[in-house]
Amino acid sequence: MKALLVCEYREGKLLETSYELVAFAEKLGAEKAMVLIGSEAEAPKVNGTVYLADAGKYGEYNPDVHKKIVLAAIERENPDYVVFVHSSYGWDLAPRVAANLKAAQISEIVDIVDGKFEVGVCNAKLRRTVTPKSGKAVLTIQAGAFSAAAASGTPQLERIEADGASVLEFVGYEPAEKKDVDLTRAEIIVSAGRGVGKKENVPVIAALAKAMGGELGASRPVVDAGWVEHSHQVGTTGQTVSPKLYMACGISGAIQHLAGMKKSDFIVAINKDKDAPIGEVADVLVVADVLQFVPALTAKFQ
Amino acid sequence: MKVLVCIKQVPDMESRFKANSSGNWYDEADLAFRMNEYDEYAVEQAVQLREQLGDAADVTVLSIGPDRVVEALKKALAMGCDRGVHVQDPAVSLKDPWQIASIIATYAKDKGFDLIFTGMQSQDRGSAQVGVAVAEQLGYSCATTLVGFSFADGVVTAKRELEGGLKGVVKLKTPALVTCQLGLNVPRYPTLPNIMKAKKKEIAAIPGVDVLKEEALAATASVYPPARKGGGIVLEGDLNEMADKLLGILKEKTAVVR
Ligand SMILES: Cc1cc2nc3c(=O)[nH]c(=O)nc-3n(C[C@H](O)[C@H](O)[C@H](O)COP(=O)(O)OP(=O)(O)OC[C@H]3O[C@@H](n4cnc5c(N)ncnc54)[C@H](O)[C@@H]3O)c2cc1C
Repeated sequence: MKALLVCEYREGKLLETSYELVAFAEKLGAEKAMVLIGSEAEAPKVNGTVYLADAGKYGEYNPDVHKKIVLAAIERENPDYVVFVHSSYGWDLAPRVAANLKAAQISEIVDIVDGKFEVGVCNAKLRRTVTPKSGKAVLTIQAGAFSAAAASGTPQLERIEADGASVLEFVGYEPAEKKDVDLTRAEIIVSAGRGVGKKENVPVIAALAKAMGGELGASRPVVDAGWVEHSHQVGTTGQTVSPKLYMACGISGAIQHLAGMKKSDFIVAINKDKDAPIGEVADVLVVADVLQFVPALTAKFQ
Repeated sequence: MKVLVCIKQVPDMESRFKANSSGNWYDEADLAFRMNEYDEYAVEQAVQLREQLGDAADVTVLSIGPDRVVEALKKALAMGCDRGVHVQDPAVSLKDPWQIASIIATYAKDKGFDLIFTGMQSQDRGSAQVGVAVAEQLGYSCATTLVGFSFADGVVTAKRELEGGLKGVVKLKTPALVTCQLGLNVPRYPTLPNIMKAKKKEIAAIPGVDVLKEEALAATASVYPPARKGGGIVLEGDLNEMADKLLGILKEKTAVVR
């Protein structure tokens, strides 16, 4: 069994998640080759074949061209699986490759169970195992689900080329908004989720944060709705935090939120839904309405 | 300018879920269904584009599924879409993303849509494949995970969300397909007058079998609840008692609460 792993590269750097692909291939028990649209200096440190195309020539984000390069590598390698990280790069490119191969795609794999691929359903409240019916299959793995393999080894580089004409024009990157608070240094973070209901209720959570000497955090919908500044957002598209104490108030525990806070030393979740996925990572789950419980707790600190 | 928006109806994620008796999907009994959150951003963006272009634009909203999905279509019409298409398929949950995409592509193929909007993923299945696969099947250019959208002179400028707050800006010519992400816009609530107006809008029904041309490429082997790791303490009951208990635990287990 052979797997072709598609590395990620951004702003001139190989992304560390590329080594999660290696870990996945090892768990799968597959022989591996890798493909990178990047630079020789940033080639992954692995033993084995790495197909390399130059990002200077093909661009870092240019999915219709990257698709052709990955297809060319597939042609040379003839793998059973083509594997991406389920990231903004992977979920964008994987379905294009799958459609061209007319191959099954299985998205955001969290585990391999009896040779079948396990994925989440309904915000991870259920699990599903999926099997491909096509000869080849395209897979994307959940970021963080397979701990990165060590970067050690010497790649054998094989240059790869493709037609570089693109229907899409990449204009450029826009950096993250400036931070007015650095959550990465906070020892206590009390975060507000959509469960707080409305903007007017955010001060209830902020008051607890203040009473405990911590910072206010937030889940994404709270930020998108403009209830809290983006700099307070915790998660894949926000900040990754690791405080001594993290309190999630009315947050369901979606993977993108967990990715930003699950390294916290101690996690308390306050949620009216006893089955909320946040319960899986919480050291203490308080089953309650946040708007009733949080003021009661705040009073204990004052 | 012909615009298509593809929407899915999904259960409220705060529901309790259990596997169905065949063990291949969740049991749909007793669930409340609503429009997939990501698709609400797609509908809103299409309607905003319609407002920008006026009557030069025409927005069709399409959903595949059993009869109940008409409710989601009605909401999209009340938000401002011009017409609805219901692809009737009571067994939609057993189709794989490739088949769903092929149904949409088969419907759209000879209609000359300039722009197609979809959500970046569904909340229940989360495959994040359908939009891109539709674009590939139709040969449209495509950008995913949009948190910014503008359109002028046949060119879409899309702001894609990458990790860690970084964004990537791309331009694509129509015909194009974009998938929409949280934060792209704030979906409007249908007003009562618009709900009344929407009642007069057409919803065409198409039998699913007429537009299904592809076999599934992947199969669900089983659906089951995750093994509960447990371990965590669960507090339930009186608020004041819970607050005291939690305070006790925090004092004992963390160094930051004294
Ligand atoms: C590409 C991508 C990137 C993303 N990046 C991020 C990110 O960086 N950060 C992030 O947070 N999300 C991110 N998300 C969104 C993520 O998938 C979820 O949608 C989000 O985390 C949900 O936020 P929430 O838990 O606050 O809201 P919901 O999922 O709506 O959950 C609300 C919770 O509150 C509970 N609740 C409701 N009312 C009450 C009450 N009165 N009292 C107590 N509990 C109550 C409910 O039971 C529920 O569990 C991203 C998504 C995508 C697709």
